[in-house]
Amino acid sequence: MKELLEGSRAVAEAVKLCKPGVISAYPITPQTHIVEELAQIVANAELDAQFVNVESEHSAASVVLGGEAAGVRSYTASSSQGLLLMGEVIFNIAGMRLPVVLTDANRSISAPINIWNDQQDSIALRDAGWIQLYAENNQESVDFHFIAYRLGEDKNIMLPVMVCMDGFILTHGLEVVDMPEQEKVDKFLPAYKPLYKLDTAEPMSLGLLAGPDYYMETRYAIQETMDKVLDMLPKISAEFKGVFGRDYKDLLVEEYMTKDAEKVIVAMGSVCGTIKEVIDEQRAKGKKVGLLKIISFRPFPYERVYEALKNVPKVAVLDKSVSLGAHAPIATEIKTAFCGKKKMPKVISSFVAGLGGRDITLESVREVLRRLNQREVCLDFIDLKPELLKEQYGE
Amino acid sequence: MENNILLKPGHTACAGCGQAIAAKLVIEAAGANTIVVNNTGCLEVFTTAFPETAWNVPWIHSLFENAAAVASGVESALKYLGKKETTNVIAQAGDGGTADIGLQALSGMLERGHDILYVCYDNEAYMNTGVQRSGLTPFDTNTTTSPIGTKSTGNQRPKKPMPEIANAHGIPYVATASVAFIPDLQRKVKKAIATKGPKYMQIHVPCPLGWRHEPGATVTVARMAVETGLYPLFEYENGVLISKRQIAPKPVQEYLKLQGRFKHLLNNPDQLKLVQEVADNNIKKYGLKAEAQQQV
Repeated sequence: MKELLEGSRAVAEAVKLCKPGVISAYPITPQTHIVEELAQIVANAELDAQFVNVESEHSAASVVLGGEAAGVRSYTASSSQGLLLMGEVIFNIAGMRLPVVLTDANRSISAPINIWNDQQDSIALRDAGWIQLYAENNQESVDFHFIAYRLGEDKNIMLPVMVCMDGFILTHGLEVVDMPEQEKVDKFLPAYKPLYKLDTAEPMSLGLLAGPDYYMETRYAIQETMDKVLDMLPKISAEFKGVFGRDYKDLLVEEYMTKDAEKVIVAMGSVCGTIKEVIDEQRAKGKKVGLLKIISFRPFPYERVYEALKNVPKVAVLDKSVSLGAHAPIATEIKTAFCGKKKMPKVISSFVAGLGGRDITLESVREVLRRLNQREVCLDFIDLKPELLKEQYGE
Repeated sequence: MENNILLKPGHTACAGCGQAIAAKLVIEAAGANTIVVNNTGCLEVFTTAFPETAWNVPWIHSLFENAAAVASGVESALKYLGKKETTNVIAQAGDGGTADIGLQALSGMLERGHDILYVCYDNEAYMNTGVQRSGLTPFDTNTTTSPIGTKSTGNQRPKKPMPEIANAHGIPYVATASVAFIPDLQRKVKKAIATKGPKYMQIHVPCPLGWRHEPGATVTVARMAVETGLYPLFEYENGVLISKRQIAPKPVQEYLKLQGRFKHLLNNPDQLKLVQEVADNNIKKYGLKAEAQQQV
């Protein structure tokens, strides 16, 4: 049923439809509305689940780790500092192959403290062994949760999934969302059948010490599984289309007017909506521009990106996070996609924008396209305020 | 298959390890219908080096500081599955994993009222990493990070009062135990398991390597800690002190002289006096002196 919902509410309803038995969270802006809604849903007995209020994000992640290890579908959500505080457990959950699903309401990282949106928090955890899916709008935010559980719990995958939705822009934004019926979700997402669990009927030890003779293979195994995820996402997308009718194609990327494009912007998350608007506007003027939206950042679909961009003369990558002291995170991946390949764009310019909630406006996107007429840039920031850069401190 | 050994031999604990003895006593008392959640530490390392495990109950290790939180998740999952009534959950850790890095998660577990027994195996320092001091290291102990020197007589602070801190959470059961008093230890575990809600037990477990005593002296050393008043054994039920092991207090030297970690104190009357004060305070606080107290 189509409803006008706040993003957080829509996600809470989607999580309810996934029927997790253990939910644990610690409040942090802008994740709070999601867990407040879920608390109410459990309080109203609309969902049979244990809602565990904890004293920190470290414990929230640990509670869902324990719930999942005991064989029960588990859910948590966080943001920013909270996600970083979870960091140690985040790596642990992936290493233990527990298919937890976490919603990240993407937010910047302190210092300076800033509660607004960019994607630094989840990007900082990109190496943890979690699958990361980035939503452009709230329909995707909803649908990616069904997909996250379906994918992570597949016995060939057994990895946790982070659904990343831009804080405030999506979490607090009202959009019309098609909320599916429970029967459809049940059809797409069967009850969780863990491969291993803590069970007194069949005692098993989990989380063992692995010395130099064993450790590397466990990491290799996750790397190998991540490759399988790249094959699995298109299949799950087809299943999803069959049940819900919405088509996310290969679920790795979305190509928007890229086929004949001379300039393509690569981006991730809600900014893609803004970019599409500029593309429509430029196309109306006869400009051949397009967008390549990254949906799956981990695993990163290098081959798919190569196919999408190999004949594009000029590419601009728009990052909403930084890797201080190195090239921007998405740009690094995009460039890597052309390593050892015969074809590649003449220009791949990298731009960082929207940090700490600075609006990426239509004009910001136009500026990115204009900059593609100039020399290639390894890394530049869009919408910096020159007057602030001139301020001097100290002597 | 009949196999009652829940923590099997063949693990890699040091000879005379008090923690290994206590962990076996705890799981035997708790029984096979128990899921164990273990913090990182000696116990985790010496029982579960892949591809082997000494545990014959479901067992999980995640991180250093989160056993209480992981156990909260396990317990919640059991509730969801309708299996909590028939399954015990034990979270266990060393003293550093309990009183220092794991204190926040433990406090959360106690406050939320989970039906979990938390066991702290107290060997009074970070033994797994090489005998560094923790919040439960006693006053004047020589450890690798509270070394003695011209300006130091060892660890500067007394033990953090963990049982009192646990008790302050208003939980139904708190007890201390010692690996030297086996029936008492197992009785307390059984009582804790039979009590609904969060329970805290702290068990004194000598570490021959870290305390520098002969492996064969583990039980003797543990007993002397109790008999000097330096490690009082007691039980709180719903906040009320309901029992304590009464003693005819021996001077603290009798305990200190057994261990290399206190060797520097034996010829230092001023410091000995201060350590004796710690014991005397315990004796007074918990009413440990046999002739002066009525038996509860």
